[in-house]
Amino acid sequence: MVTAAIMYWGLRFLRFAVHIREVCVLTAPFFASNTTLVAYFFGKEIWDTGAGLVAAVLIAICPGYISRSVAGSYDNEGVAIFALLLTFYLFVKAVNTGSLAWGLGSALGYFYMVSAWGGYVFIINLIPLYVLVLLITGRYSMRLYVAYNSMYVLGMLLAMQIRFVGFQHVQSGEHMAAMGVFFLMQGFYFLGWVKHLLGDKKKFEALLRIIVTCAVGVGAIALGVGTASGYISPWTGRFYSLLDPTYAKDHIPIIASVSEHQPTAWSSFMFDFHILLFLFPAGLYFCFKRLSDATIFIVMYGLTSMYFAGVMVRLILVATPAVCLISAIAVSATIKNLTTLLRTKSKVSQTGSTKGASGGKGSSKALPDQSQPFQRNGAIALLFGAFYLLSRYAIHCTWVTSEAYSSPSIVLAARGAHGNRVIFDDYREAYYWLRQNTPADAKVMSWWDYGYQITAMGNRTVIVDNNTWNNTHIATVGRAMSSYEDEAYEIMRSLDVNYVLVVFGGVTGYSSDDINKFLWMVRIGGGVFPVIKEPDYLVNGEYRVDKGAAPKMLNCLMYKLSYYRFGELVTEYGKPPGYDRARGVEIGNKDIKLEHLEEAFTTSNWIVRIYKVKPPNNRCYYAILKGLKGKALKKKLHSISVTYCLKQGNKYYGECHEKSIRFLKPANKEASLDRETDSERWAPPPQVFCKS
Amino acid sequence: MLSPVLHRHCHLFLVTGRSEDSRGLGSFQDMARSISMEAAGLTLPFLILTFLTISAASSTNQIQILNAERRIDLSSHIVKVFLTLKVENVMTAPASEIVLAFPPAQADHLALVKAQAAIGKKKKKSYVHLDVNPTELPDAPNGTKYFSISLLNPLSSGETATLEVLYILTHSLEPFPAEISQSESQLVYFRDSALILSPYHVKQQTTFLKTPSTKVESFTRVEPTKFAGRELKYGPYEDHPPYSFSPVIVHLENNSPFAVVEELLREVEISHWGNIQITEHYKLVHAGAQHKGVFSRVEYQSRPSFSGTSSFKHLLASLPPRVHSVYYRDDIGNISSSHLRSDYRKSELEIEPRYPLFGGWKATFVIGYGLPLEDFLFESPDGKRYLNFSFGCPLAETVVDKLTIKVGLLLLIICFHDAVVVLPEGSKDPSAAVPFPVEQRLETKYSYLDVVGRTVLVLEKKNAVPEHITPFQVYYTFKPIFMLAEPLMLASVFFLFFVACLAYLHNDLSIRK
Repeated sequence: MVTAAIMYWGLRFLRFAVHIREVCVLTAPFFASNTTLVAYFFGKEIWDTGAGLVAAVLIAICPGYISRSVAGSYDNEGVAIFALLLTFYLFVKAVNTGSLAWGLGSALGYFYMVSAWGGYVFIINLIPLYVLVLLITGRYSMRLYVAYNSMYVLGMLLAMQIRFVGFQHVQSGEHMAAMGVFFLMQGFYFLGWVKHLLGDKKKFEALLRIIVTCAVGVGAIALGVGTASGYISPWTGRFYSLLDPTYAKDHIPIIASVSEHQPTAWSSFMFDFHILLFLFPAGLYFCFKRLSDATIFIVMYGLTSMYFAGVMVRLILVATPAVCLISAIAVSATIKNLTTLLRTKSKVSQTGSTKGASGGKGSSKALPDQSQPFQRNGAIALLFGAFYLLSRYAIHCTWVTSEAYSSPSIVLAARGAHGNRVIFDDYREAYYWLRQNTPADAKVMSWWDYGYQITAMGNRTVIVDNNTWNNTHIATVGRAMSSYEDEAYEIMRSLDVNYVLVVFGGVTGYSSDDINKFLWMVRIGGGVFPVIKEPDYLVNGEYRVDKGAAPKMLNCLMYKLSYYRFGELVTEYGKPPGYDRARGVEIGNKDIKLEHLEEAFTTSNWIVRIYKVKPPNNRCYYAILKGLKGKALKKKLHSISVTYCLKQGNKYYGECHEKSIRFLKPANKEASLDRETDSERWAPPPQVFCKS
Repeated sequence: MLSPVLHRHCHLFLVTGRSEDSRGLGSFQDMARSISMEAAGLTLPFLILTFLTISAASSTNQIQILNAERRIDLSSHIVKVFLTLKVENVMTAPASEIVLAFPPAQADHLALVKAQAAIGKKKKKSYVHLDVNPTELPDAPNGTKYFSISLLNPLSSGETATLEVLYILTHSLEPFPAEISQSESQLVYFRDSALILSPYHVKQQTTFLKTPSTKVESFTRVEPTKFAGRELKYGPYEDHPPYSFSPVIVHLENNSPFAVVEELLREVEISHWGNIQITEHYKLVHAGAQHKGVFSRVEYQSRPSFSGTSSFKHLLASLPPRVHSVYYRDDIGNISSSHLRSDYRKSELEIEPRYPLFGGWKATFVIGYGLPLEDFLFESPDGKRYLNFSFGCPLAETVVDKLTIKVGLLLLIICFHDAVVVLPEGSKDPSAAVPFPVEQRLETKYSYLDVVGRTVLVLEKKNAVPEHITPFQVYYTFKPIFMLAEPLMLASVFFLFFVACLAYLHNDLSIRK
């Protein structure tokens, strides 16, 4: 956000009359192009310029990254991947050169990353891990010491300036690894110094034993005490679920309910990486073959991020740069080998023609196997194969980008019966309706997925949104949606809800609607409120909406709101009315009556349905007023009706004349009906004059 | 005879006399005579008289209206009144203007008054446009507002002339009931007087009301009154003195779309590189009876003829021909439901708001398009450039409460409610020629790479109707050299940048040698 604002003001200063929206739309592509530059330099740093170039090309069109960097995806991730790669690049550069300046640069990159995305935790764990591996493999050097210490200390101090992070670097369990490695490095350096001072091996070993035991003991005690006293917070659920993919499913339904947090399927790996998936192991092979500090880093980055990508679909994004880099190494190294083969071969043939077939031994050095027949042809064939693969990759990327990532997710498109394109713009229709035709202070209740959209496009307050941290809050909405209408009404009254929004795909066959998400609402609601029990909504463990569905299911609020008056509609030729196209069944409850809500708006394809929560009947107030008399009653009545009438935008209140005999004009039509129907129960209040 | 309702509603205009002056006295006697005539046997027991000051009296008594025919078109929410007056000068002094009177309530909603005079007889008949200006008469009864029509040739004694007047009223149909549900159709009240309010004596008059359907709930009777088909006829009434008034209320069904643009900002941006860019910001509202209760999509879809009859979902905008790069969007992005049909005479843009508009529902959106410069920008003989562009809202059958046009040099903006014309940077002395009164002011706007900013001429008009779509001109001076300022500036910046790069690369700036 700050980045976009800075860019905006910069452009405005240069008298480019850009709109802030245009800046926001183009932020992600701009950073993506920067990422390709960084990828080139990173590739150059870990392998050579060829690998850098290939990496830049690969990452420029890789679907896994394009998914977050298309124009209009104004998200933190777009900037964050750039910051992530930049931090890694600068760190590797610092390790390679041992320069404080690069370390500082990397710390600044880290600071930017921290301010951009919560995924910085990955950096702060990967770098210590990498350092640890270097220590264990005996690659410890002064360069590493300088790079890590400058990066960690400065990065930590800078990151603490971000309010969102604060003291987490020294307090939370997720950051402890970095701190541990930091102390370990100091210890390592100290030991080296002591060793240098002592000069005696036996003495040193004894000292080492004592120091190591002491250090481990003190560390463990400090960690234990810190955790027990709550000073060091334990790992958060998201972190656990990363390490153990099954954790979320059992413990935090809300994390598991997000499709982006599901474990990745093979198909989506293939979809996002295509040939990179096969080049990745090849690249690893090359890295191991030519092991250096830099290649160790990229190998570790690749492996860990690949693991996380397998745990969560969303983290494919983090793995993408690593996969691109490693694959680039594979491609570059292969092609280089093949082309050198070709070149030397032609040289050999040239020299052969002049000096005879005996050739020089010098040239055979460059040729791994002279004995293989058809080597030259084989190399050409392999080169063509590589180019074929790469061109397939380019085609695939273009296709994926155009098919999956170019259209806005809020506008749905389908093919009509004649092959024409049909656009369902229902979401925006509903949000704009909310924005224009509801009171400015209206509160909308919907499932949290739509929270941001309603806030941004509808400009209305929501009860829960995509950034709601309070699990109970979301559970309350889940509970309201899965209760009977009466109970839900109480909850909605207590939350001061004016409108309820549900997404319904039964008419269009849009499958990611609220009915399909409903089990998660039940689960999340039930996770906090034991009143809601999942088995109540299932029949023999099966989730159904047709006649065989559970009675609780057929009468819960979500079902009622989704299918209200749907039973009158014929959705498909040759099917009974009320045929749900998203689930392919005829619905079980066609005669739905709403008592406390009324349909306020339904979009043209029924995808979004908005209901208005009716105000309570007036008799509620009579209960309040029962014991009061005289002036007290008058006062109370007046205050109630004024606030109430103002709230409901009541038109009748103004008509209350001094001479009118009946004071309480109905606040709304629904309430006024009750007078006739409930005349026995309803006792009119004593005669009062208003505004006397 | 008149119904009691009328008696209740009739306005009384007080009589003030200045009898010293002989002419005044004479006119008084005139009036008194007419009163006695009316009182003697004819229609109006509630007759109202006004005595005006001498001059006014002389001017108002000079003319009498021989025959007045008024046709009121109620078929849409814009009330159009066609008034045909046959006037005669009964005094000796020549009369150069005719005064129209409007009750204050109507005057507030008056969007436009136009007048023309018929010249020649029968087949050779042609019409000449006459100037209409608001004017004041001293001692106007009950805040009556006046417009004076300047005649081409002063009317000499005994001469007659035929005038045709068109005036347009907006917001004059009051929905009753004020709130309707989806299945009800919209009923409105129209209030007016059966007798034409006029400072002159009217010999004979008739009023016709054209209703949008045959369904009329009720109407006030002022005999003779006749309702047949879709026409309600009041009159003919004979011999009514000045300021006669007989209120009538018609309660009728009107399901035409009450599309009102509360605010319209048209920005006309002139670029001398060959393009005029127009951006129109609309705040549209359905100003008919408020929608109440449920909006049911089932009913709206399955019974379109019974459900939401007063709502509308399409709007038609007529744009100039050769229009290009048309867009239609709102705060949250492109609205995909629009169609553009264009031929060499005109372009029609059919737009569909995101949702159907029921009473009280609002929609805001932006329409933008580009036009070729050569169609609209011309050079006047004195070397000034002028833009000839149409004023008014391109949407069919809409009322615009406030129109602003902004015209800018490179940027000239124009509005119906608010029109803005943005002229190109470097243009000077803009002035606008608009055929009706508008508010004008100047602003400065900064666009791409502007240093001094662009002059913006802002034209503002309240209460605009489709009849306001007439061309207007904006004159300004502009030196073509200014067109090159920005490209040259950009080129030099890049040149300097590259030179700086070259210098940096070719000089070793490091401290250590």
